[in-house]
Amino acid sequence: MNRRKEALIGYLFASPWLLGMSVFLLYPLVSALYYSFCDYSVLKPPMTIGTANYIELYHDAVFRKAVANTFIYAAFALPTGLISALVLAMLLNAKLRGQNIYRTLFFLPSLVPAIPMAVLWNWLLNGQFGIFNVLIGKIVYHPPNWLGDPAWTKPSLVLMGTWGVGNTMLIYLASLQDVPTSLIEAAELDGASSWQKTRNVTLPMISPVILFNSVMGLIGSLQIFAQPFVMFPLGGPEQSAYFYSTYLYDKAFRDHAMGYACAMGWIMFIVIFILTLALIKFSEKRVHYGGT
Amino acid sequence: MAKLQLAPSRRNRSAKTRTLIKNSATHVVLVALSLIFIFPIAWLLLTAVKPMTEVLHDPPIWVPTHFEWNNFGDAMKYQSDTLGYIPFLVYARNTIVLCILVVTGTVVSNAIVAYSFARLRWPGRDLMFAFTLATMMIPFPVLMVPTFTLFHNLNWLGSFRPLWIPSWFGAAFNIFLLRQFFKTIPFELSEAARLDGASEWKIFAGVIVPLCKPALGVVALFSFLYTWNDFIGPLIYLLDQKQFTLALGLQSFQNQHGGTPFNQQMAASALVILPVMILFFFTQRLFVQGISITGLK
Repeated sequence: MNRRKEALIGYLFASPWLLGMSVFLLYPLVSALYYSFCDYSVLKPPMTIGTANYIELYHDAVFRKAVANTFIYAAFALPTGLISALVLAMLLNAKLRGQNIYRTLFFLPSLVPAIPMAVLWNWLLNGQFGIFNVLIGKIVYHPPNWLGDPAWTKPSLVLMGTWGVGNTMLIYLASLQDVPTSLIEAAELDGASSWQKTRNVTLPMISPVILFNSVMGLIGSLQIFAQPFVMFPLGGPEQSAYFYSTYLYDKAFRDHAMGYACAMGWIMFIVIFILTLALIKFSEKRVHYGGT
Repeated sequence: MAKLQLAPSRRNRSAKTRTLIKNSATHVVLVALSLIFIFPIAWLLLTAVKPMTEVLHDPPIWVPTHFEWNNFGDAMKYQSDTLGYIPFLVYARNTIVLCILVVTGTVVSNAIVAYSFARLRWPGRDLMFAFTLATMMIPFPVLMVPTFTLFHNLNWLGSFRPLWIPSWFGAAFNIFLLRQFFKTIPFELSEAARLDGASEWKIFAGVIVPLCKPALGVVALFSFLYTWNDFIGPLIYLLDQKQFTLALGLQSFQNQHGGTPFNQQMAASALVILPVMILFFFTQRLFVQGISITGLK
């Protein structure tokens, strides 16, 4: 087959994506940038107003609150999720009987879709009748009001996120099983302790996967939407669970401030872009790409 | 000498005991953690079959004195008198229809596109692939408003079209996943088929696709789950309750039915969760494989 024909067929096969990406991703992305400089609700055509949306955002106290909430949530949810997933994966990687059963049990919660998960935890964490507080109430006099106390709404969501950590755990487990046993045995012969083996052999070997899970976890936790949307309408108590995406949605589809929402969207896009690149850059020297 | 001989065997025995203790300790930890992880699901199922009088009981009633199976029917039929249909049956039908459309579209389109990126040479291919990967960083919230406008202009709002038509045009992550697989098939196979005069489509559909069934299965499985679980898409693009999916229907059920009938809320949730769990038990190996390869380059 000559090169021109191959290229032609190549473009032909790739054309659905080239078309789909342009229509459903790039065009909307660019038009969002345009709308972000407009006063726009779907009811009337967009009217350019310069940087007014961005200036208004700068002075919007709820926006600031949502930004702070999102970063606080991510700052706790990301390490908690990454570490608990890694610890679970390491436990599952021990050569023991019944690991298949343990693996299934740890993984099952991550199969629960976001909405039933929110409905379920709304019940578990119910301040008065929820099983958590009924049990905790036997030990302490004042169990936390998980969903009603602004100090506890974010920990509740972190707790839920940790429960659904099975996906990340399986990715870690697969990479742990790929660490060559010869390396571990060599370290053992040298008299390395368990901690030294983990610190100096296992972790460097799986560092690319740690990076992958960090990037995915970061992008995911900054975009948290469904759970707070269901459990904390309009941000919940003192807007303590108003996150970037839920506020953006409310601005766009409740207040019909769609240009405003697009400005928010673009800021989010840029922030996620920069943070992802920074994370990859930061780990360049620390991630070990070797072996396979 | 005697001492020297004794030492290793004693060390051996103590090492064995240590391993035994260590293994038992790990088992204890694993059992405890398993119970913690599975407890919320168990509590969901137990609450779903309790009569209302036992739901809010303190001390908690772990196993209901009689199983209230009507909770499922009551939850499903909620508001059916005023609506004129059984909402959760309609939601289930909508979700299944959407899943079929999306899974088919995702598998077909991504296989074709990934084939081009993996096995055909064309100018700009590698640059375009890098660009495709970069599009994964676009967060959905920035697309909420413009896609809403786009589908509004196309007159697609209030229909299923915004939720399934885009899936027929490929998606970055699936293209990436399938490309990695397609590249592992020896290129000699394609060359041999070409020498036999097979068209490119024939090589794709007759040689490569049959060899990549597990990877295509993973893509199908993930797109099914994505569609089954998707909430934000239906929330934005669907207008009429009669078109709601299970995820959106459950949210609106909880919204209108808030307050205390937790047994019915759990019954409704169980109806959304159980099909996923059943699917998992039938496809466990594919599942674990699929998730494992997502983390590998």
